[in-house]
Amino acid sequence: MKWETVIGLEVHAQLSTRSKIFSSASTAFGAAPNTQACAVDVALPGVLPVLNREAVAKAIRFGLTVGAKINRRSIFARKNYFYPDLPKGYQISQYEMPIVEGGTIGIYINGEEKIVRLTRAHLEEDAGKSLHEDFHGSTGIDLNRAGTPLLEIVSEPDMRSAAEAVAYARALHALVRWIDICDGNMQEGSFRCDANVSVRPAGTDRLGTRAEIKNLNSFRFLERAIEFEVRRQSDILADGGRVVQETRLYDPGRDETRSMRTKEDAHDYRYFPDPDLLPLVVSPDMVGEIQADMPELPQAVRQRFERDYGLSPYDATLLTASKEQAAYYEAVARRVDPKLAANWINGELSSYLNERNVAIADCPVATDALVWLLGRISDGTLSAKIAKEVFRDLWDGRVVGVAGFSLPAIQLEAQGDAYLGRMGLRQISDSGEIEKICDDVIVANPKQVEDYRAGKEKAFNSLVGQVMKATRGKANPQQVNEILKRKLAG
Amino acid sequence: MHHATISTLARQLAEKRLSSVEVTRHFLRRISTLSARYNCFITVDEEQSLAQARAADALRAAGRAQPMTGIPVAQKDIFCAKGWLTTCGSKILGNFVAPYDAHVVERLNGAGAVILGKTNMDEFAMGSSNETSHHGPVRNPWDIETVPGGSSGGSAAAVAARLAPGATGTDTGGSIRQPAALTGVSGLKPTYGVVSRYGMIAFASSLDQGGPMAKSAGDLALLLNVMAGFDARDSTSLERDPEDYTRELARPVAGLRIGLPREFFAQGVSPDVARSVDGAVAEFRKLGCETVEVGLPNMRLSVPVYYVLAPAEASSNLARYDGVRYGYRAPEFTDLMDMYKKTRAQGFGAEVKRRILIGTYVLSHGYYDAYYIRAQKLRRLIAADFTEAFKRCDVIMGPTSPTTAFRLGEKSGDPVQMYLSDIYTIAVNLAGLPGMSVPCGFDAKGLPVGLQIIGNYFREAQILNVAHQYQLATDWHTRAPRGID
Repeated sequence: MKWETVIGLEVHAQLSTRSKIFSSASTAFGAAPNTQACAVDVALPGVLPVLNREAVAKAIRFGLTVGAKINRRSIFARKNYFYPDLPKGYQISQYEMPIVEGGTIGIYINGEEKIVRLTRAHLEEDAGKSLHEDFHGSTGIDLNRAGTPLLEIVSEPDMRSAAEAVAYARALHALVRWIDICDGNMQEGSFRCDANVSVRPAGTDRLGTRAEIKNLNSFRFLERAIEFEVRRQSDILADGGRVVQETRLYDPGRDETRSMRTKEDAHDYRYFPDPDLLPLVVSPDMVGEIQADMPELPQAVRQRFERDYGLSPYDATLLTASKEQAAYYEAVARRVDPKLAANWINGELSSYLNERNVAIADCPVATDALVWLLGRISDGTLSAKIAKEVFRDLWDGRVVGVAGFSLPAIQLEAQGDAYLGRMGLRQISDSGEIEKICDDVIVANPKQVEDYRAGKEKAFNSLVGQVMKATRGKANPQQVNEILKRKLAG
Repeated sequence: MHHATISTLARQLAEKRLSSVEVTRHFLRRISTLSARYNCFITVDEEQSLAQARAADALRAAGRAQPMTGIPVAQKDIFCAKGWLTTCGSKILGNFVAPYDAHVVERLNGAGAVILGKTNMDEFAMGSSNETSHHGPVRNPWDIETVPGGSSGGSAAAVAARLAPGATGTDTGGSIRQPAALTGVSGLKPTYGVVSRYGMIAFASSLDQGGPMAKSAGDLALLLNVMAGFDARDSTSLERDPEDYTRELARPVAGLRIGLPREFFAQGVSPDVARSVDGAVAEFRKLGCETVEVGLPNMRLSVPVYYVLAPAEASSNLARYDGVRYGYRAPEFTDLMDMYKKTRAQGFGAEVKRRILIGTYVLSHGYYDAYYIRAQKLRRLIAADFTEAFKRCDVIMGPTSPTTAFRLGEKSGDPVQMYLSDIYTIAVNLAGLPGMSVPCGFDAKGLPVGLQIIGNYFREAQILNVAHQYQLATDWHTRAPRGID
């Protein structure tokens, strides 16, 4: 039997507010344990929550981005359970009435766009952390993270493969960073995925019994965990067994999912509206202000790049992976051949960034410097090959140094051109000079000349190679080809 | 000195005929000799109190005194006060020294008042007799074999026994008004949201409201002037312009329409209580008030509604007492779950456990709609009854409690009987209205009876005016228990 995989994702995106969702303590990551937990976060007797307006604004910003409904009235509820890193004995979350409902996110699978529907997005607070290492036989509790604002974004079960799930998670990840509501740092837990996975016979409509996989803090783990889970469930079903509804934990070390708890021992969270917080009422004015402040969204930028710069959808998608990437591209593309700019940014520049694990925001090559470099390719000063060497030198700060970021463009060009002259990197496009070298090469290689004239094309390449070697690669290859051909024919 | 009202003490302090240190010392001395008899204080800290008194005198010498500067006020042990043991009447917070001040404490401290000590109370304010306190029951100064009411029984008894000129209380279902009635003092529960709940240890968040207890309506107004006010740290605190609650005190009450709910005078009220309340109503008629019968048909549902909603909220509010971060932790346990179980089993008393169980039950999957949601709907009906009634009258009056003080142990074995002692007060909390109790007579045994006066939303100044005019015409509120002189 053929099986169809059905996946829905729940993503917890940490909202990048300065203070916590219900207290004024800082949300900065990495402080010494319990130094960023105030009386409210520690749940001292008598303390009360006060909602952070900025967290609400960020949730609305997300809702507007995905075309969702912003509920004018939403309710904070208490989710009750005991755990040492949950100081109040309940988590404040939104249950029956979330702030954001509906919306969609487009993903690209093999060049085709697919729409994933969102169920809802709601505000809630994070819990603290239990530290099991360093405490022999005991557990330490760090409440720095307790009360950090989260937006839980729940999708419909619209994905049909691990690859689609990853594409969705990546698109969502790019989106929340683009609109500046989440830093997307997965190592620090700012963007965490839970996957609901089920399997059913292909062609049927009823959903199979699902397992919820928790603790997926990288796209790779997300993919591996789903793939494992799909195999596990289809094996069970193929053997005539039944999948049990349960929560499973992915263990990256063993690349498998393990049962955490089944439906039978699931908690009864006893949700009820938090009497310490009034219903959250969002005014049309507030939504209007946030709408007016929205950046151009990736979808729109992508379309604009295709239209204005003649890019392929593929290039345009790559260049809109982040707002910084798009801004970098556009700063370059406005002043040089936009396709050349796209090729270089998606090619050479991206591989430098990836290999060295540098974010584009920290790229040592200023856009002005790249504009200069690409300009020198376009005007024939640099060959493509030499340009790559110059790019390396730019990256290493040997051409214009770190000053490249503060130099006026005209000075940067002067310094760059001086560098090319100093290092003798200019392409030789002087036909007289090339003719002379060609003559020397023809004289010095009678055998190859003879072979070429006898019809051996390979011999020609060897002669070109000799010319390039003699010019240390600086001769304009096109000119070399033409001149050699003419001379050998003559 | 201890029979003097806050207003009188304030005047004497202002005229520098008395210093705060003298007043504070006087009350501390009374507490040290008499408190054991009534068990109305959990914590007394003479040094901290006297330090505050000295600071108050210095403030006055510097010409920066306010009306309450130098007045000692007893704080119910439900209010966090920085550096003070704050137990909420429970073993589970038996070692908890608050690291911060509740808004109410902050306001009183800011006005130069002196914390005279922390008063005994029912554990987590759950009780109507002060018998659920981990620190033992409070005894009613009018008859130490009877209860003072609860949960603010320590504050009520302290004022009745003239151990404090005034005190703070909290009222979730009658916890200020009922003990005020049973001990012959005056107490006010403001409109929900008038007094910040920040730092006031939560029992049932949607019902809890702090308020003053004292010997007269005038004193309540002075205390409320300091205690009330917007606080951004409490999301249910109401942002309103500050009020002077004394501003209407002197206004004559002639022409006032008093609503008398049929349900308040039906069966269940003891004849002695009914007689005293009738006498009070007659007094108001003499002062030129009209009376009109009103109906609160859903009020009979208020006790069951309350005993769904309050335990539901409490079961969640009390989850934080888990032995992990502060408070009591069981000395021996095998694992985390065992630590939770033993800590809470040993740290909470029987009544608190009962309410946590009820609350957990009514919020459980499959029961939530039948109990919690229905109770919320009924709560609206109960509130709507009052709205309807206030179309026909200015204030509502009736008994505060169906009986006078009952004997220690008399109802502690029968929770439902105990719960019914709040039958006239609970509806006011459910509706969020302001209500107060003032002394209006005695039963055959000489135990005080309380008159409840309920106002419309934010009409604290009006009910204080009504109570003050009554107290100008009568002297019930000036009577002290036998042996207190």
